[in-house]
Amino acid sequence: MKFSDFVSVEAIRPSVSADSKEGVIREMTQSLVDAEKIATSEMDSIVKAIMKREDLGSTGIGRGVAVPHTKHPSVSRLVGTVAISERGVDFESLDGEPVQLFFLLVSPPDRPGDHLRALENISRQLRDDAFCKTLKEAGGPQEVWRLLEDADAQSIAS
Amino acid sequence: MTIRRPDNPIDETHSREVVVANEQGLHARPADLVAREAQRWESRIEFIGKAQRVDGKSILDLLTLAAEEGTHLVIEATGPDACEALDAIGNLFDKKFASNDSNAVTHSEKTQQEKQVSGTSARINAATCEGVADRNTNS
Repeated sequence: MKFSDFVSVEAIRPSVSADSKEGVIREMTQSLVDAEKIATSEMDSIVKAIMKREDLGSTGIGRGVAVPHTKHPSVSRLVGTVAISERGVDFESLDGEPVQLFFLLVSPPDRPGDHLRALENISRQLRDDAFCKTLKEAGGPQEVWRLLEDADAQSIAS
Repeated sequence: MTIRRPDNPIDETHSREVVVANEQGLHARPADLVAREAQRWESRIEFIGKAQRVDGKSILDLLTLAAEEGTHLVIEATGPDACEALDAIGNLFDKKFASNDSNAVTHSEKTQQEKQVSGTSARINAATCEGVADRNTNS
């Protein structure tokens, strides 16, 4: 599964203002509401579900990356977005490092395979240090989108 | 005639197959659990699945397996504690990562369980690993 299959370009936030875990999650969920990928009425429920998942163990998987996510019955297909924090946010990561790159995923409860394939793609790309670095330095949503598209194109070619 | 590498019994490779048995597959939380368990052992731990070989101590690597329910994976461990590592990691798969997906245990409970698991498996292992070691040295 490619980035373009689940990342909404309208919801990309290349410079989040929040400086807390919940703040970033809220800001990213709001971006999905603004992009009309999730319903306004479901926003609080989704934020709560993502935070509940974080309580089980941080999705800050190291290398300055976090993948906050939840299953939620209000979505019929996997939706996601990308955010970047210039300063980094304490996310209680597995390696203790602040997180700069966020991939937020909301998936339908009955599609565990799609969720796994999104995680597969994200983790495959994030093993590439150069990709992480350029993504963290991206200036605007379009630049982030272009980097994701480039990564998609490369993963098809390889 | 087989060419034998310099004898170093502590660097033998042992392997076992595991099946991803939980409904949600090897997603972020189980991958974290498996990587943490693998990191506890000195041996090199590798997972083989879908024609790729990945580092079992890396959550990112494990996630690239995208292993859904029912997926068979081979774990290879190379090093002085290979057998114990395989048993401990295999145990996590056997008990479906110690939780059902909707009602998982908290951090502190998990740590407690891990301790118990590793204690048990260490005892079992001394016996189960002998056969594999013999086979490897004869090949």
